[in-house]
Amino acid sequence: MTAAIHPFRQSTGADAAVRLRGVSRRFSGRTVLGEVSLDFAPGEFVALIGKSGSGKSTLLRALAGLDDGVEGEGTIEVPADRSVLFQDSRLLPWKTVLQNAVFGLRLPDADRRGRAALADVGLSGREDAWPNALSGGEQQRVALARSLVRQPRLLLADEPFGALDALTRIRMHELVFRLIGQHGPMVLLVTHDVDEAIKLADRVLVMEDGRIVLDRQVGLPHPRPRDGRVDALRADLLAALGVVDAV
Amino acid sequence: MTLFDHALDAQALIGSRAREAPARAAARPPRLAPGKLPPGAILFGPLALVAIWELASAVGWLSPRFLAAPSTAIVTGYELLVGGTLADHFLASAFRAYLGLGIGVALGLALALAAGLSRIGEASIDGLVQIKRAIPTLALIPLAILWLGIGEAMKIALIATSVLVPVYINTHAALRGIDIRHVELARSVGLSRADFLREVALPGALPGFFTGLRLAVTTCWTALVVLEQINTSEGIGYLMNRARDYGQTDIIVVGLAIYAILGLASDFAVRSWERRTLSYRKALAS
Ligand SMILES: Nc1ncnc2c1ncn2[C@@H]1O[C@H](COP(=O)(O)OP(=O)(O)OP(=O)(O)O)[C@@H](O)[C@H]1O
Ligand SMILES: [Mg+2]
Repeated sequence: MTAAIHPFRQSTGADAAVRLRGVSRRFSGRTVLGEVSLDFAPGEFVALIGKSGSGKSTLLRALAGLDDGVEGEGTIEVPADRSVLFQDSRLLPWKTVLQNAVFGLRLPDADRRGRAALADVGLSGREDAWPNALSGGEQQRVALARSLVRQPRLLLADEPFGALDALTRIRMHELVFRLIGQHGPMVLLVTHDVDEAIKLADRVLVMEDGRIVLDRQVGLPHPRPRDGRVDALRADLLAALGVVDAV
Repeated sequence: MTLFDHALDAQALIGSRAREAPARAAARPPRLAPGKLPPGAILFGPLALVAIWELASAVGWLSPRFLAAPSTAIVTGYELLVGGTLADHFLASAFRAYLGLGIGVALGLALALAAGLSRIGEASIDGLVQIKRAIPTLALIPLAILWLGIGEAMKIALIATSVLVPVYINTHAALRGIDIRHVELARSVGLSRADFLREVALPGALPGFFTGLRLAVTTCWTALVVLEQINTSEGIGYLMNRARDYGQTDIIVVGLAIYAILGLASDFAVRSWERRTLSYRKALAS
């Protein structure tokens, strides 16, 4: 296997785009991502759903530029200002909450921004705590603050709510929705939760065996109306996932 | 009541106990792990030993030619201290131990960083240290004497080389075992290599370094004790050797006590330094 460095363009400025052309990735010869071409509209919130092993994380890692050494082709263009929100909070245990929130941020007013970002996620007063002293939900909120403090043009989130309990997850949905509304970045949210995708995203992609098999605009106002349109969308998405909704 | 009846009664009793037992167990789960000791309780064993030892000496079971009583050793230690020689011997031993320890820790750390952070370093250093690890320090004494003589330089050099190994092994392993998820995070926020080393790799390896340091302190005392048997005119080991020639078991006990105190104090110092530096871990337990 060659240590591939993929064609990867990072654009800056307000019109920075997300553009994928024929992106494929292989692990030991097995195709995990097949010829994905994709464009994001400015400020678009895109949810990516698909069965386990369908290639969602592989696509996200390609967009994040974290897949050097993986075999593959295709060109990717993403904003240089982007941040990744992982499923685990990935806080550094030897840094305080505030130091974690501003990790890697090289700005003179990083401290002030960090405090503001922590306040945004409801963690004022915990700046000097150690991550180990925080609950799982609080740790994930620090991770959210860390990914938003640099005001990214693209937020890449890989099942960021997967490890949280149902109640905390609903709170996180509201928080993310509000904060995304303030900053207005493009978002790629990988999730296995169809309802989460419908609730948050402007557009839902369904992936199967490394290909995007369904690409749907949600086209409904927030909060989602409680009528047949959501049910119809959910049924379509579940059908694309190969699940028959029996209930 | 016949004997037979008694037997029956007893059986019934056993039966009813057996039936009762699970009910009681359910009401209060048995304590599986021993409870926590109150502070200072760990001293019970050592103090009891000293008491028995003193008693055995007092009633004459232990002859002073075999082993001096603790009280005799305390008096002797006090006299030596007041007489001025003990402090000099103590300082000579402590100087040897800590200079060797300091040099060895610095070398071990430097080698671990070189091997853990660069491929050239890994290729050139790791194999050598692994070979050094396989050779006991005592086996190096003949060569060290030929090269450095029988003076202080040889002793400090040997303490340093024996201390270097545990520091190197543990620090190097911690640097190599760095959490790949932290590497990914650092890449995703665009950290430079220098910043990555400073903010992620080194703090992440610190627990390994402390493990190595604690082993190093133990190693350092072991090496010191052995080396002080060789041609010394100063130091706790010299004091004990001379006492052996005159059959002064009280001085030997004083020497042993000083080794114990130095070892315990060093371990305590490293532990509290570790606790302060790695205080972020405390939250885990609470
Ligand atoms: N580093 C790797 N080495 C080998 N195979 C890999 C590697 N990373 C991913 N794969 C394989 O690629 C396929 C897609 O993995 P990916 O992580 O993208 O799936 P996913 O859609 O994110 O699944 P999940 O929902 O379970 O997270 C899987 O079959 C996986 O085994
Ligand atoms: Mg995944």
